[in-house]
Amino acid sequence: MVNIAIATPEIFLLSTICLILLIDLVLKDTDRMVTYLLSQVALLATALLVFSSMGSEKITGLNDMYVRDDLGGVLKVSILLLTAGVFVYARKYLRDKKLWRGEFFLLALFAVLGMMVMASANNLLVVYLGLELLALSMYALVAFNRDDGRSTEAAMKYFVLGAVASGLLLYGFSMLYGLSGKLDIAGVAAYISAQNVMQNLPLLFALVFVVAGISFKFGAVPFHMWVPDVYQGAPTAVTLFLGSVPKVAALAMLLRVLAESLGVANPAWAQMLLVFGLLSVFLGNIVAIAQFNLKRMLAYSTIAHMGFILLGSLSGSTEGYSAALFYTITYAMMAAGGFAILILLGKEGVEAETLDDIKGLNERSPWYAFIMMLLLFSMAGIPPTVGFYAKLSIIQAVMQAGYLWPAIIMVVMSVIGAFYYLRAIKMMYFDKPDNAEPITAEADFNILLGVNGVLMLVLGLFPGTLMGICSAAMVASQL
Amino acid sequence: MTFEQIIFYLFSAVLVTAAVGMVTVRNPVYAALCLILSFFTSAALWLLLEAEFLGIVLVLVYVGAVMVLFLFVIMMLDLNLDPLKEGFARYAPVGFLVAAVIAVEMIMVLQSGPFQTTTPAAAAPANNTEALGAILYTDYVYPFEIAAVILVVAIIAAIVLTLRRRPDARKQDISQQVQVRREDRVRLVKMKAETKEQA
Repeated sequence: MVNIAIATPEIFLLSTICLILLIDLVLKDTDRMVTYLLSQVALLATALLVFSSMGSEKITGLNDMYVRDDLGGVLKVSILLLTAGVFVYARKYLRDKKLWRGEFFLLALFAVLGMMVMASANNLLVVYLGLELLALSMYALVAFNRDDGRSTEAAMKYFVLGAVASGLLLYGFSMLYGLSGKLDIAGVAAYISAQNVMQNLPLLFALVFVVAGISFKFGAVPFHMWVPDVYQGAPTAVTLFLGSVPKVAALAMLLRVLAESLGVANPAWAQMLLVFGLLSVFLGNIVAIAQFNLKRMLAYSTIAHMGFILLGSLSGSTEGYSAALFYTITYAMMAAGGFAILILLGKEGVEAETLDDIKGLNERSPWYAFIMMLLLFSMAGIPPTVGFYAKLSIIQAVMQAGYLWPAIIMVVMSVIGAFYYLRAIKMMYFDKPDNAEPITAEADFNILLGVNGVLMLVLGLFPGTLMGICSAAMVASQL
Repeated sequence: MTFEQIIFYLFSAVLVTAAVGMVTVRNPVYAALCLILSFFTSAALWLLLEAEFLGIVLVLVYVGAVMVLFLFVIMMLDLNLDPLKEGFARYAPVGFLVAAVIAVEMIMVLQSGPFQTTTPAAAAPANNTEALGAILYTDYVYPFEIAAVILVVAIIAAIVLTLRRRPDARKQDISQQVQVRREDRVRLVKMKAETKEQA
């Protein structure tokens, strides 16, 4: 059962990347725009290929290593479209900071390929390889601004901690393989369903390592140490990418590994996710209040949001998984928009990263201030923005699974977290700007940012379509 | 204790000693040599498991290529590793505590039922190079290709992070060298002819 054609989107993307790599080699520095445009075409064409294969039955191919189902389709289309948006935002930053090199797009495309591999992995080995492809590209991207000491330091931290986390995950996989003798997801699932999970010590031992590895990729407490430093040290364009798209891939890994192959062991890993999730929601929201650096504040806010996603997934129900998917996709949009505003506020040679930089944004540009307000409202979870609906559906799923106290803690922590989002909004609207220079950006940047902000409102008012897609994907994959 | 077990414990003891030595010795060259010794002994352990292909590849690739390059780097860079070891005494107690807890947990797990098998799940193939080759490009072609892509990314990343133009670097511009004319280089200075008395 080889059926290579099943992986057409991945094969197409890889061939295009290699082609772009060769074309980029002969381009002059003034013609890098060609690399950018080709990368965008590659992303959109791959998205189209994935989209056209959706809606069919779940089938596996490449010797059962690869699965094509609607869940993978939804994940991949959102990864590809989000990345295309990230590239539009990143272009302005790379130009301003003299980092306008083709390798940024190439490494990001390789990261996208790794995420796609993870999204349709049907084998623990493939999950791990996809993860490494993503991680290796990300390490290089974080160090992309080679002459900046902070960027290199962040990359070093990310690399060392990331390697440890990969080791943990791989160790967990090897234990699972030792126990079941299988690496494919169905085989492991079949083995688990014949076991008494809570009494099986080696299985629990393997689970701890697997959950720890996955939580690291989410950046959930207590594996969150790298998040603020890496977000702050990396060039903002890379933070924008790192803070949005790989979260979808992390959820893909969680769904493939924990939900599909270890689904029967839910009572065991749900406890771990409960602890990690609650700690993340607690620590993320509390520590973010003390941050003056906007990038660090958004990093701690990410930790809190990841806590919500973990808590949504722990219920093990279709509602929980689809709420987590909905939350991840909308969160990736919010994060991309938020960092895009940071890019907008930066100037040639100057990074905008403290709360001072957004002071009086309303006076400098009411439109951008309005977009930022929508994004921050959405992150805080204030109706009618989409963040409210996303949080609501997660809390609903958690309550349905019988966890009343965690749900109450989540609500309380969200209210506390709203403080630092509202403080930023207050600074935008009621403080005087330090410099009143008008803000300018190119048309594509403006249009995308406008769409991004307005989507927060539109999706909040009409969440049914996206939520319908998410839950249909879960039902089709029997989750 | 069978002969095989004696060999196993011998090699394991050397491996663990070499690994400990690698992180504790002061001289970086000795550390690299310790690492080579630990690679050798783990290759011997592979051979004991009848995985001769993996054992030989470990020696060829890691000892033969990677570690030799590594030694070159250490000798050429003249690293001072003392600052790197500063916190060792401070963090050692915590590190040993965590290591001890994990070791105890692992021993507990490995002594439990599923790992107490005495017979291998499948018979060892007569020639494991052939057995690996038969499935690597067929059953496992997809992971194999992804691993190849990861290597490409590693190459690109290494070049991106190290290849950069230093502003103070001097380099040849061949076309300028070829196009140079006599007037650019030779300057004729008019001087009075020297007389005998002056000389």
